[in-house]
Amino acid sequence: MLAITAIAIIAMRNILSVIMLGGIYSLISATLFVVLDAVDVAFTEAAVGAGISTVLFLSALGITGKHQVLARKNHLVPIFVVLVTGAGLIYSTSDMPAFGDPNAPAHNHVAPRYIEQSGEEIGIPNMVTSVLASYRGFDTLGEVAVVFTALIAVLLLLGLNRGSRQDKS
Amino acid sequence: MSVRKNPILRETSHLLIPAILLFALYVQFHGDYGPGGGFQAGVIFASGIILYALLHGTKRAEKVISLNLAKTFAAIGLLLYAGIGVFGILLGGNYLDYNVLTQNPVHGQHWGILIIELGVGITVAAVIISIFYAFAKFKK
Repeated sequence: MLAITAIAIIAMRNILSVIMLGGIYSLISATLFVVLDAVDVAFTEAAVGAGISTVLFLSALGITGKHQVLARKNHLVPIFVVLVTGAGLIYSTSDMPAFGDPNAPAHNHVAPRYIEQSGEEIGIPNMVTSVLASYRGFDTLGEVAVVFTALIAVLLLLGLNRGSRQDKS
Repeated sequence: MSVRKNPILRETSHLLIPAILLFALYVQFHGDYGPGGGFQAGVIFASGIILYALLHGTKRAEKVISLNLAKTFAAIGLLLYAGIGVFGILLGGNYLDYNVLTQNPVHGQHWGILIIELGVGITVAAVIISIFYAFAKFKK
């Protein structure tokens, strides 16, 4: 399903339909995350990917145009880069531990401590929240700072204060 | 323009928007017990406001939350998060160490997580609303 949507996105030339398909792609990935028992991630994907980013893309579309301008350039170099990267990624999956392997390195580093101790140390049932907000509090602070910086960048780029500044000069 | 005059969309949105905002608050404060937290709640809250702005125009939406108010709240959320870290230092712990916030370390963790999630939610909601306004009000 994801592959079909991705191919349809590549084939489309109307940006409006591409944005809609992008929302559908996010919704399908959200269901995939639910199947993998990662409900917090699925929640975020459905809300941000399928909801907000679609709306923001649409409002950006209102500023720009509706149709893609085809670039008549050499496509060989990008295709080569994509193929090499894709082949490298697929090759490296052969070294990865099997899906759900309890001995995988990711499950043996700090995860057992979170699972065993977070109930006593933090005392809240949702372990994802414990890790996100307490054990990895610095990370989350950085993420919030990134979101804030994004706002500053958008306001600077779109220049909402441009009119008032011109009045003064 | 035709979207704004469609009575079905308008009336449905009047039913939905309070439910969306209430659900955002539920996700915000229930993040300790179920899936969810500040990021998701902020996005859901912002989507409620954006739905209102889409149907009634940014002018009426700005009477609810103006761009300047949203910008201020974006900073307040981040400061709330960072401020809890500094508050922890003042109480004798490390930066973002919630154990010292109350007498009981586990209680301190509860308070710390609740407050920083609130900071995250405020910032995310305010940033998304502001970015939407910025796009919607942009004139070539």
